[in-house]
Amino acid sequence: MARVLLFSLAAFSLGVLGQDPELDKRVHALATELRCLVCQNQTLADSNAPLAIDLRNQVREQLKAGKSEQDVIDFMVARYGDFVLYRPPLKASTLALWAGPFLILLGGLWLLARRIRGRRVEEPQLSQEERARAAKLLE
Amino acid sequence: MKKIWLPLGFIALVLLLALGLQLNPREVPSPLIGKPAPAFELPLLHAPDKRFSQKDMLGKVWVLNVWASWCPPCLAEHPIVTQLSKTVAVVGLNYKDAREDALPWLKRNGDPYQLSVYDAAGRIAIDYGVYGVPETYVIDQRGVIRYKHIGPLTPEVAQKKLAPLVKELQARG
Repeated sequence: MARVLLFSLAAFSLGVLGQDPELDKRVHALATELRCLVCQNQTLADSNAPLAIDLRNQVREQLKAGKSEQDVIDFMVARYGDFVLYRPPLKASTLALWAGPFLILLGGLWLLARRIRGRRVEEPQLSQEERARAAKLLE
Repeated sequence: MKKIWLPLGFIALVLLLALGLQLNPREVPSPLIGKPAPAFELPLLHAPDKRFSQKDMLGKVWVLNVWASWCPPCLAEHPIVTQLSKTVAVVGLNYKDAREDALPWLKRNGDPYQLSVYDAAGRIAIDYGVYGVPETYVIDQRGVIRYKHIGPLTPEVAQKKLAPLVKELQARG
C-alpha cells in the first residue's frame, strides 16, 4: 500500500506520467532548470502548484512536438522573463549578482591580511636590568 | 580613523538589507511591456458559440483583467475594476474557472466587463505570463501592452498609475 502510494506520488510530481521514459527524463531535466513562479523558491519540477503542472505539461508538449530545450527555455523567458530561469544568465544587469560574492570574498581576504600583518608583535626589548634579573632567576 | 570603518560598514549593510526587504519578490518585471499583446481567440464566457480576439480591440485603449470566481483577491479588487470600467473598456479573461461558477459570481458581484473570454485551460494566460490571479494589462490602440499589474488592484495603483496612463493613451488617439 505504502509503495503504491509512494509510486503514485512520484508519478504525480512528474506531472502526467508519459509512456516515453526518454521524454520524461528530458521534461524533468528541463523542469529543474525553470522556476515555479507561484512558489518562487521551488523549481518547476518540485512544485505542484496548478500553474507549475500546466507549465510542465507545456514543456512536455513542446518537447514532444520536436522543439529543442533551448526553444522551450526561450518560450518561458519570453513570457515570464529571466526570473523563470533558476540559474540567472550572465549579463550587464546581473553582473553584480555573479561577481558580488567573489568581490566580497576578496575584500574579506584583504581585511584579514591587513589585520594579520598589523598583529605582528615587536620583539620585546629587555633592558639591561631586566636581562640581569632574568639571568638570575634562571640560574 | 580605523575604528570608524566597522560601524560605517555595518550601517551600509543594514541600509542595503532594509532596501532589499522593501522590494516585493512577487513583482516580477514582465518582458511583455512594450510588446504586442499575445494573439488569442477564445469563446466568450456568456456565449460559448461566440469568439473574441485581441484584434477586435485594435484602435482602442483597453484593459485586460485576468480573474476567476475561485480567487478571493479578485473579489477584493472588483470594486476598483468596476470603477475603472467607467473610463475604459475592460475585457475579462476568466482563468481556469467553470462557467457554472463564473456566471453566478458576476451576477452576484456585478459585471464590469465589456465581455469576458473563457480560458478554462489557462493556456492563453501562459502566453500573457500570468502566474497569479488577478493580473491587469493596459493595451494601447496599436495592440501593444503598456502596463501590467500583478495581484489585486489597489485604489492607489488605479488612481496614480492606471487612470493617468489610460488618459494619456486615449488623448494620443
